[in-house]
Amino acid sequence: MEGGVAYENGLNFKATELTLGLPGSGETEGQGGVRNNNKRPMPTPETNEEESQAQAQIVGWPPIRSYRKNSLQASGMYVKVSMDGAPYLRKIDLKVYRDYPELLKALEAMFKFAAGVYSEREGYKGSEYVPTYEDKDGDWMLVGDVPWDMFMSSCKRLRIMKGSEARGLGCGV
Amino acid sequence: MNYFPDEVLEHIFDFVGSHKDRNSVSQVCKLWYRIESYSRQKVFVGNCYAIGPERVAERFSGLKSITLKGKPHFADFNLVPPDWGGFVYPWIEAFARSRVGLEELRLKRMVVSDESLELLSRSFPNFKSLVLVSCEGFTTDGLAAVAAYCRQLKELDLQENDVEDHRGHWLSCFPESSTSLVSLNFACLKGDINLPALERLVARSPNLKSLRLSRAVPLDVLQRILIRAPQLLDLGVGSYLHDPDSENYNKLVTAIQKCKSVRSLSGFLDVAPHCLSAFHIICPNLTSLNLSYAPGIYDNELIKLLRHCHKLQRLWILDCIGDKGLEVVASTCKDLEELRVFPSDPYVGQAAVTEEGLVAISRGCQKLNSILYFCQQMTNAALITVAKNCPNFVRFRLCILDPTKPDAVTQQPLDEGFGAIVQACKDLKRLSLSGLLTDQVFLYIGMYAEQLEMLSIAFAGDSDKGMQYVLKGCKKLRKLEIRDSPFGNAALLMDVAKYETMRSLWMSSCEVTLGGCKALAKRMPGLNVEIINENDQMEFVGGCDDDRQKVEKMYLYRTLAGQRRDAPEFVWTL
Repeated sequence: MEGGVAYENGLNFKATELTLGLPGSGETEGQGGVRNNNKRPMPTPETNEEESQAQAQIVGWPPIRSYRKNSLQASGMYVKVSMDGAPYLRKIDLKVYRDYPELLKALEAMFKFAAGVYSEREGYKGSEYVPTYEDKDGDWMLVGDVPWDMFMSSCKRLRIMKGSEARGLGCGV
Repeated sequence: MNYFPDEVLEHIFDFVGSHKDRNSVSQVCKLWYRIESYSRQKVFVGNCYAIGPERVAERFSGLKSITLKGKPHFADFNLVPPDWGGFVYPWIEAFARSRVGLEELRLKRMVVSDESLELLSRSFPNFKSLVLVSCEGFTTDGLAAVAAYCRQLKELDLQENDVEDHRGHWLSCFPESSTSLVSLNFACLKGDINLPALERLVARSPNLKSLRLSRAVPLDVLQRILIRAPQLLDLGVGSYLHDPDSENYNKLVTAIQKCKSVRSLSGFLDVAPHCLSAFHIICPNLTSLNLSYAPGIYDNELIKLLRHCHKLQRLWILDCIGDKGLEVVASTCKDLEELRVFPSDPYVGQAAVTEEGLVAISRGCQKLNSILYFCQQMTNAALITVAKNCPNFVRFRLCILDPTKPDAVTQQPLDEGFGAIVQACKDLKRLSLSGLLTDQVFLYIGMYAEQLEMLSIAFAGDSDKGMQYVLKGCKKLRKLEIRDSPFGNAALLMDVAKYETMRSLWMSSCEVTLGGCKALAKRMPGLNVEIINENDQMEFVGGCDDDRQKVEKMYLYRTLAGQRRDAPEFVWTL
């Protein structure tokens, strides 16, 4: 098999390995992953998304107890997201995102819009769309003003405002 | 030794604690067998189908404590269909009939019905301790029976069970006269809890040392409980959602300060991601910390907390700690012996730790002997470094989320890395492999893993040789579990006698055929060779067709009890 590299502790297993091949017949196998066994998931280069979908289809993998799997899933923070003019709402799990840029990227992908650049002074500049949220007091706030942690615990739902209504929130267009 | 009266031998055997040693003692001669048998109080049965309860009760007449394990390990990962088996009821019933003086019952991966809990609570007046791990089949009604009728109950410990919750009245079933509780863990319950009953129970349990709460217990109740029980050694916080400016929070800070004895902290099942600083004062005393159910604690809050935990010996954490967080652990927790890093998002599979975190830990934590590590990627170089830094591993379990991923830098299989681990760690008893692996890794395992007792293999190897190396080399192997690997009949049948020296073998999605399994069963009547035939995939036809039918799931185990009579339709015992 592949190998023959010198290691930290000076071992070179290749010298002592057993193979069925004739002496001197070293074989190589490309990426070291092409096998005849069609039971394995194919180790070909894929996009991250395809890769994780392939992983998700393997029963019982990763090997963690169902109790643990279920409880991690259950602890999501799902909030509704609406966009002005869209026929139906979506739901996202806020716990999946680490910070505002990640959240905005996901929203932009989900609703096919561009949010513009955020600044404390001017809000979201360069876009017709403005992401807002309803907080615990029932007020509609601009996404991005408060620390991420505080946003996560106070956000009850999201609304992507569009057009003239959005101007009142400091959209610089 | 034969000149001593029996009582002296019995007294000497008192000092022999471990099951293995007591088993050895009992094999010396008939006299020792007899004395050891009636004096053994704690019995361990690693496979509940290996022996019948009547035989156990008959041999160990002084039995007070029994540990039973039911389903195969891979049942934890949904590879075993429901109704497969592992029922505890026959054991409780047999022990009740034989008037066993049962005081302690510890179960893992078993089916526990409410009926069995009721029978348990009524049959053993001295019953003191119930520990259920990864079990299912019962509801809070069963717990109510235990609370109500086990008058001497000291310990009720529920770990990661699937419990049907019929609301919180079971806690109020502890009678007012019940003051003996030492340990109560109901963290896995999902429903509401009778909070006043809980507070009263804690108030009248002066010996309470371990308390793990479920999500249904809010902050103000926690605070009142801590005031009542400052003697706690082990605390599992339920819900930790609060407003940092509230009076409740200030009271909590005061209450925590009084808990100077807490050595083990866990829970935070619902947590607002700030203001854990209330716990910083007890962190320096902690030897055990389990935040693996607290995805809300990460980044700065987590790091700040960990920096106070200088005495930590055991840490269970989620991978959102990241490699950087693991570096903090490495520099802070010099006494760390056991580390488990779980994936925080099993569905998306984007783990936040890599080989770098593992290497950092190995450099900083010289006492590390047990690890479970779910990661994005691994390299041979990293594993070789880890092996050099930490030759004391007893348990080494690595799970790369993409199960056939090669060395992330060289794209080679990870054979050399795991080879280094088994060669360096002479005391290694348990090993789980993952990543791209060829037969070579099994050659190394067979050569070097002399103390290995349990091996878990998934998506690995090229041919029968792989499994053969292991069966030939690992003399102390007790449990072998294999999935999705190209091992077939040649490997399975290479050394059939070996399976009687082992507890069990699991093979799923491999190359073994019905013919091979039948041949094995025929040669080894002391084994139960079970085939799990889900969805009627197979036909029990016989003849040469057997060699064309691949067996999807096979589980075999040695047994003195013969074929089990409670097997469902889809389980065939050959």
